[in-house]
Amino acid sequence: MRSEYKLIFERSHEGRRAYDLPECDAPSAVCEIPEEYRADNDLKLPELGEVDLVRHYTNLSRRNFGVDNGFYPLGSCTMKYNPKINEELAPMFDEVHPLLDPAMCQGCLALMADMEHMLCEICGMDAFTLQPAAGAHGELTGLMHIRAYHEHRGDTARTTMIVPDAAHGTNPASAAMAGFKVKEIKSAPDGGVDLDALRAAVGPDTAGLMLTNPSTLGLFERNIKEIAKIVHEAGGLLYYDGANLNAIMGVVRPGDMGFDVMHINLHKTFSTPHGGGGPGSGPVGVKSHLIPFMPVPRIEQKDGMLTLNYDKPDSIGKIKSFYGNFGVIVKAYCYIRSLGAAGLKEASENAVLNANYVMNKLRGVYEIPHDRTCMHECVVTPGELMDYGVNTSDIAKALIDRGYHPPTIYFPLIVHEAMMIEPTESESRETLDEFVEAMKGIAEQVKTDASAIHAAPVTTPVGRPDEVTAARKPIVKYEEE
Amino acid sequence: MVPNDRKYTRDHEWVMVEGNVAKMGITAHAAEALGDIVYVELPAVGDETVMGESYCVVESVKASSSVFSAVTGTVVEVNEELDGAPEKLNEDAFENFIAAVEFTEINEDELMDAEAYEKFCEEEA
Amino acid sequence: MRSYVPNTEKERLEMLHDIGMNSMDDLFRDIPEDLKLKKPLDLPKPLSETELRDLIHGFVYMNEEGGPLFRGAGAYRHYIPSVVPQLAMRSEFYTAYTPYQAEMSQGMLQSLFEYQTVICRLTGLDAANASVYDGATAAAEAMLMLRDNKRKKKILYSAALNPDVITVMKTYAHCAGLELVEIPVTDKGVTDKAAVAANMDGAAGCIAANPNYYGCIEPMAELAETVHAANGLFVAYVNPISLGVLKRPADYGADIAIGDGQPLGLPMAFGGPYVGFMAATKKLMRNLPGRIAGQTTDAEGNRVFVLTLQAREQHIRREMASSNICSNQMLCAIMASMYCCVMGPKGMREVAEQNIAKAHELAKKLTALDGVKLRYPDTPFFNEFVIDVEDAAEIDKALANYSITGGLVLPDGGMLWCATEMNNTEEFDFVCDLIEDTLDPMGGEE
Repeated sequence: MRSEYKLIFERSHEGRRAYDLPECDAPSAVCEIPEEYRADNDLKLPELGEVDLVRHYTNLSRRNFGVDNGFYPLGSCTMKYNPKINEELAPMFDEVHPLLDPAMCQGCLALMADMEHMLCEICGMDAFTLQPAAGAHGELTGLMHIRAYHEHRGDTARTTMIVPDAAHGTNPASAAMAGFKVKEIKSAPDGGVDLDALRAAVGPDTAGLMLTNPSTLGLFERNIKEIAKIVHEAGGLLYYDGANLNAIMGVVRPGDMGFDVMHINLHKTFSTPHGGGGPGSGPVGVKSHLIPFMPVPRIEQKDGMLTLNYDKPDSIGKIKSFYGNFGVIVKAYCYIRSLGAAGLKEASENAVLNANYVMNKLRGVYEIPHDRTCMHECVVTPGELMDYGVNTSDIAKALIDRGYHPPTIYFPLIVHEAMMIEPTESESRETLDEFVEAMKGIAEQVKTDASAIHAAPVTTPVGRPDEVTAARKPIVKYEEE
Repeated sequence: MVPNDRKYTRDHEWVMVEGNVAKMGITAHAAEALGDIVYVELPAVGDETVMGESYCVVESVKASSSVFSAVTGTVVEVNEELDGAPEKLNEDAFENFIAAVEFTEINEDELMDAEAYEKFCEEEA
Repeated sequence: MRSYVPNTEKERLEMLHDIGMNSMDDLFRDIPEDLKLKKPLDLPKPLSETELRDLIHGFVYMNEEGGPLFRGAGAYRHYIPSVVPQLAMRSEFYTAYTPYQAEMSQGMLQSLFEYQTVICRLTGLDAANASVYDGATAAAEAMLMLRDNKRKKKILYSAALNPDVITVMKTYAHCAGLELVEIPVTDKGVTDKAAVAANMDGAAGCIAANPNYYGCIEPMAELAETVHAANGLFVAYVNPISLGVLKRPADYGADIAIGDGQPLGLPMAFGGPYVGFMAATKKLMRNLPGRIAGQTTDAEGNRVFVLTLQAREQHIRREMASSNICSNQMLCAIMASMYCCVMGPKGMREVAEQNIAKAHELAKKLTALDGVKLRYPDTPFFNEFVIDVEDAAEIDKALANYSITGGLVLPDGGMLWCATEMNNTEEFDFVCDLIEDTLDPMGGEE
C-alpha cells in the first residue's frame, strides 16, 4: 500500500504548457514599466501538459478522504453530507463583481437579506451579519460586538471574558484577539458549567461568558437559564459558540436561552462542504441592543431597492473584504430552502438519535465518562483498554485501516484520552452498526494483539509521520536538489 | 540526578545564582513531562523578566508550556544553541540553560535545594 | 420535503426503541421545557430540487451584469482555466475536513505543501502558511506578526492600500491596542517615503501595496530600505498576477508578503470565497498564523506531509496564541496553486504582460478624449489606473445603461479603471464612444 507520490514540481518538463490565452490585441506596453521595477527572470513554476496536470491532482485526490468516501464522525465538525445541488447552484453567481452598483446586484443582495432573516428565525436573534469567513472569525466578530457595547456605555472596566475549560481552543484565542483578558473556569463534575465557580468569577470586570450549548461533551447545559441570569446580573453578555447548533435546530434557540450574540458555522450545521480546511462561513447573530455595532455594510431596504449602508457610526467596522464568503452562503441558503422548518428539525432529531444510538452500542466496550442522554455527539475513552498499552491515537489509527475517518481525539481537554464521536443525521443505521462493530473489533484486537494496533494504519499510502522531526526541522516548501 | 549546585522552583525550573546574575533553565523532570521538545521560544537580551511570570515558551508537538522566571531583572544572555537544537533540553536539561538574568529581586525562601526538590517531585507524583 | 436523512420512519423508531426511548422528544429531555420552541420555525416551505433551481435562477436574473467589465479595486476578472474548478470539485478534496489525520489526508497535505511552495516562488520568500480568509485579513494578521516579532504596537500603513483592507486593519488594530499611522500618498500616487522615515520611530514596520489601490507601481525597494534603516519590518501587499512581470517581494527586501489570491483562478463570486496568502522570511516563519504543512517521513522513510508547527496555534496555545484562525480557505488556496501550475512560468509572464498591454491601451484611448486625464501620468501602472473627468457618476450611469461596468467611481470624483486579458480593444472603443457622448452630448449629433 505504501507509496510516495511525486510533487508537481518534480513532474516539470521545460517548454510544456497547459494554459491557453487568446492573442493579445493591444500592443505590448511592458516597456512603460521602468526596468528597475521588473523581475529579471520568469517565476520558477512547474511546466506540465494539461493531461499530466489533471492526473497529478486526480491521483492526489485519491490519497485523500472526504464525506463522499465514507463515514466521518469528526466530533464538533458536523461532517454531514454536502448536497450536490448546492454545488451546482452556487457558481451561478461567479461572474458578479462585488463592487457593482447595488441596482445591478439586487439578486445577490436579496439572497443575502433573505438568508439573514432565516438565520434570525432559526436562532432567535434580531439581526445577522454574513461577513465572517469562518467560525473563529465569527467568534472574533461577535466578541468585538461585546467590547463595543461596553465601550459605548463608557464601561471600560469590563475587560475579562470568562471561558469554561471545556471550551473549543478558538474561544480563548478569539477572546485574546478581541483584546480581552481570559478567565478560565473549571467545569462541574457533570461537564457543565460550575455555577459556584461562575458566581465567583463574575464581577465588575466581566465583559461576558463564552459558551457552547450543547457543550463540547455533547451534553445540553441544563442550567442555562441560571447561567444567563448570573452573567447578565453581573453586567456581562452571553456569547454562544454555534459549533454545536446541529443538535437543536427547531427544538430550542440560542436567543431564547438568553444569549446576546452568537456565530454559526455554515460549513457544519448548514451542510456546506469544508473544502479540506475551508472556505467556511461564520455568520454572527445579535440581539437588538448590539445591532448598532454590527459590521458595515448593512443590507437595507430603501425606496423599494436593497442598498448597502456604510453609514453606521458605532459599527465595529469591517472584518473582511466585501460581504463574506458569498459562494458558501449561497450553498447554505439552498440547504435551508430545501429542508424548510420541518427538515431542519428532522436533521437535528436524527443527528441526536444517531449519536445516542452509537453511544449506547459502545457502552461496556469503551468508557463513557459522562453517561447520560447526549445530544449530537458523544465522548468516549478507551477506559481499561489503556491497560493494554494503547491510547486514543492508536484506536484512531486502527479505525483508518477499517475505512473510517476517526473521531476528534484528545478533545475536549477535560476528558483524558477523549474520542468525540459525531455521526450526524446523514448516516444510515447500517453505517452506524458497522462502525460500532469496527470499534468493538478494535477493542478485541487491543486485548489479543496490541502490537497490530500500534502498527496501524497499514492500509494507507504512508505510515504514521514523524511529527517531532517535522516540527524541529521544519521543511515547509519544496527545494530543487 | 538532580544537581545540588543550584536551586529549584515548584514549577520545575532550576536557577543558579552567581553574584547578581541568575542562570535559569528547566529540570529534567519538566523536560520529560513535556516529551520531545521541538521549539524553545527564547527571550531576547534586554527583556525584562518578572518573578513568577513567563519569560519563555517551550513547545512539544502537541503542547506549549510557559517557563516562569525565578527572579525579576533583565536578560543578559540567552542560550542561542537551543534555537536550532531544542532537543538539547531533552538530552540534558541541567547542562543547557535558557537565559541568564541580571536580577534586582529574588526570593530565596521560595526556592528549594536539590533534596527538597526531589522530595517535592515524589510528592507530586 | 427534501431530506438527506437516509433512515426511514420505521428504522428511526426501531433505533429509538433500541436505546430505550419511545419518541424523538425523549432525546431532548435535558432541555428545560419552557425553553423549547412551542411551534415550528417560521421558514418558507421546503423546495424540491427543481423549485430550488428556479428560485436561484430568479436571483441570478435579478442581477444586471454580464456585459464588459472594467472594474477591479480588489476583485478581478481573469481567465480561469477549466481544469481548475473541475479538479477542485474532486469530492475527496472538497468534502474533507482539515487534514488532522495525515495518513488518510496526504492528497490535501501535499497539495497544500505545493501551494506553499508556489506562494514562496511567487514572492521569493522562504515560508508560507496554508492561507487566511482574504487579502484584508492577511494584512490584519501581518500587523500582529509585526507586533509579535518587534514587540512594538505602532504600525505604519500606506494610504494607498485598498480602503477595504485599511478598514479591516483598523478593526483588528482597535482590539489589539495597536497604534496605526497612515502614511499619505504623494501627488505621484505613491506612498510618501519621507513620511515613512519621519514616522518610523518606535514603529514595528510598515505595510504598503504594489501595485497600490490606484494602480500605481510603488518604489518598493526605497520603501523597504527606509523601513529597514529604522530597524522595522516591511510588508508588501501584492497583486499576485503582477508578479509574472514585476519584481517579487523578496527582490526588494520585503520581510513579509501578503495579498489576495483571487486573481489566481478564483471567480469574483460577489466577493468571496477568496484566499489570503502570507509568506515570510525564514526568521519570521514561526510568526505566521494558522496552519502550515510540512514534510517529514514515516517509519519506513517514505516522504510524508503533515500539519506542523502546531504548538503556535489556538487549539494548543489557547489565549496565548497570536491568532485564533483555524479554518482558512484551503480549497481556494489549492485552486490558486493549480492555476499557477497550469500557467507555468511562461503563462504567468504572458498574462501579466497582457494586463499591462490592455490597461495601457485603454488608458491611451480614454485620455485621448477631451476632458479625460490620467491622474498620475508620470507613474508606471499595472492593470489599473485613475482618471479625472467631469461627472464620473454620469459616465458610470451611461455605461450601465449598456450593461457595461466602467471604472469604479472614487469618493473624490476620480474613476479607477481596470483592464485584464479578458477585455478587448473593441470594448475600449465602444466605451470611449459612450463616454465621449456623455461628456459632450451635442458633439455626437451630426
